[in-house]
Amino acid sequence: MAYTAHTNKQAETSDELRARIPGWGADLDPKDRPSVPRLKFDPQASGAHWDFPERQKEKWPRERSIEHKFLTPVFGTSSPPKGLSGMLRKYAYARFSEGRAAHWLILLAADRVDAIESHLASFATGRPDNPITETGIRTEFRRSGFPTRFAPGRVDRAHTWIDPILVAGPWILAAGSTAAVARAVLRRSS
Amino acid sequence: MKAMVYRGPYKVRVEEKDIPPIEHPNDAIVRVSLAAICGSDLHLYHGMMPDTRVGMTFGHEFIGVVEDVGSSVQNLKRGDRVMVPFNVYCGSCWYCARGLYSNCHNVNPNATAVGGIYGYSHTCGGYDGGQAEYVRVPFADVGPALIPEWMDDEDAVLLTDALSTGYFGAQLGDIVEGDTVVVFGAGPVGLFAAKSSWLMGAGRVIVIDHLDYRLEKARTFASAETYNFSEYDDIVVHLKKITDYLGADVVIDAVGAEADGNFLQHVTAAKFKLQGGSPIALNWAIDSVRKGGTVSVMGAYGPMFSAVKFGDAMNKGLTLRMNQCPVKRQWPRLFEHIRNGYLKPSDIVTHRIPLEHIAEGYHMFSSKLDGCIKTLIVPGS
Ligand SMILES: NC(=O)c1ccc[n+]([C@@H]2O[C@H](COP(=O)([O-])OP(=O)(O)OC[C@H]3O[C@@H](n4cnc5c(N)ncnc54)[C@H](O)[C@@H]3O)[C@@H](O)[C@H]2O)c1
Ligand SMILES: [Zn+2]
Ligand SMILES: [Zn+2]
Repeated sequence: MAYTAHTNKQAETSDELRARIPGWGADLDPKDRPSVPRLKFDPQASGAHWDFPERQKEKWPRERSIEHKFLTPVFGTSSPPKGLSGMLRKYAYARFSEGRAAHWLILLAADRVDAIESHLASFATGRPDNPITETGIRTEFRRSGFPTRFAPGRVDRAHTWIDPILVAGPWILAAGSTAAVARAVLRRSS
Repeated sequence: MKAMVYRGPYKVRVEEKDIPPIEHPNDAIVRVSLAAICGSDLHLYHGMMPDTRVGMTFGHEFIGVVEDVGSSVQNLKRGDRVMVPFNVYCGSCWYCARGLYSNCHNVNPNATAVGGIYGYSHTCGGYDGGQAEYVRVPFADVGPALIPEWMDDEDAVLLTDALSTGYFGAQLGDIVEGDTVVVFGAGPVGLFAAKSSWLMGAGRVIVIDHLDYRLEKARTFASAETYNFSEYDDIVVHLKKITDYLGADVVIDAVGAEADGNFLQHVTAAKFKLQGGSPIALNWAIDSVRKGGTVSVMGAYGPMFSAVKFGDAMNKGLTLRMNQCPVKRQWPRLFEHIRNGYLKPSDIVTHRIPLEHIAEGYHMFSSKLDGCIKTLIVPGS
């Protein structure tokens, strides 16, 4: 009990726990655990055989945080910036530090723009985006997916309805506005 | 090669991509034999992580066979079977020299606040990940390790993230003999954190979730006492009651950015991205730990602000500890525990699916369908 100096919080003794749970207490000594102490100076331990790594070739101007002194010697090369989303991303990196909300909000906005740009671009390729296969919704029916949503106790049912709106909303908006534009064009030309 | 590719929130597909080239003398190219989907991937999948680009291949939990090595690689050769920690790290910077491998300063130009992670957005360095047939592994002499002969592949792949992270989470709790430990979240990370808490001498381990099938696993796999928070008006009050109004000595947040249980918090964070993450579990942790206790945060949150109850943490004199897991630092001890039979990580695997079905894998894991706890991806099956 918290209101007196002693409390009996353990239902089982350590010996009982050791007998019941394989490995109980194998790491009992708080000082003898792999991440203790937090900082353990040992530059040899990692296997690195360099002071500073050789530099990877920069094949396109690599966007970087202005909190870095220079481009890190090694970096990922997935998905170079392109289009409007790419311009937004480059601006967010060049202008705002990680400490600024604007940095992250612009990057998030760029992600939404990227998705729209990419969906539109996909229609000009042999493989347009397919919301049925790409959302994996078939698993609702192929595995015992859908029924398991109704297990008692699940609290996520309160907001599951938002997901289809988030996923399908932009498609419906796009289809709606395309139809509206088409209608306007037709009306004018008739 | 075939690779999973992100197409925008809630959408992924398999595409034909070029096999990644060697970009640096210490790179290796690894042919992936087994990969996993992690709870962290869901934050990308739901579009919560800033600078997640269409076209990126996710996947930071994988093992495979070395296909090619760069000119300066000394410790690996073609044909070696390797397990690759989810951290990309150089091994030589200020942080790596001190064992903070997850905080490496030489691998992520996009942000200084986070190290490098495979397939985890540009905010974590812009590396393509391992949910593919091949993956580029930088610093091949530093990160990867040979898979021991005696180890099962499924145990090895879980060591590259989920198991190491759960075990690390228990360590950051600074558990001492007899402590009462509460773990929020009965996903892979929470299950492993609960199991690891016993190794460190916990006297009582309590796991909280709203998914009964996962709580069942917490009882059988992690020998934990469990409560479904949806059955209580206020789970914090319940936790106070069952700890004699003291609170837990240690609480581990193994939920992270998409925590559920409060409509407003969940929807503003997970659906509308107005917060870096939904801090429901973290706030419950702060409220249910005893004064002077420790909260260990393994759940991941985005770089933006979240509505965390900092005042209570301050007034209660809490110790808050957290990090991305420095995976390889955990391995020697975890290898021993697996060998001794104290840990059998693959017991939590519920699904094994071919890479071609990965969109369904994401949907199932994201919506927690079909009893899903951990899904493995088998490229080329
Ligand atoms: N620190 C690291 O190095 C690291 C590594 C791996 C994963 N992670 C993070 O750990 C978290 C968990 O990963 P996982 O793979 O186990 O994911 P998961 O999605 O399988 O598990 C999360 C669990 O939390 C439950 N949950 C939701 N709201 C809750 C609440 N308020 N209280 C209690 N439980 C709640 C969910 O029902 C689910 O079972 C994620 O945020 C992930 O990003 C961190
Ligand atoms: Zn992960
Ligand atoms: Zn480093």
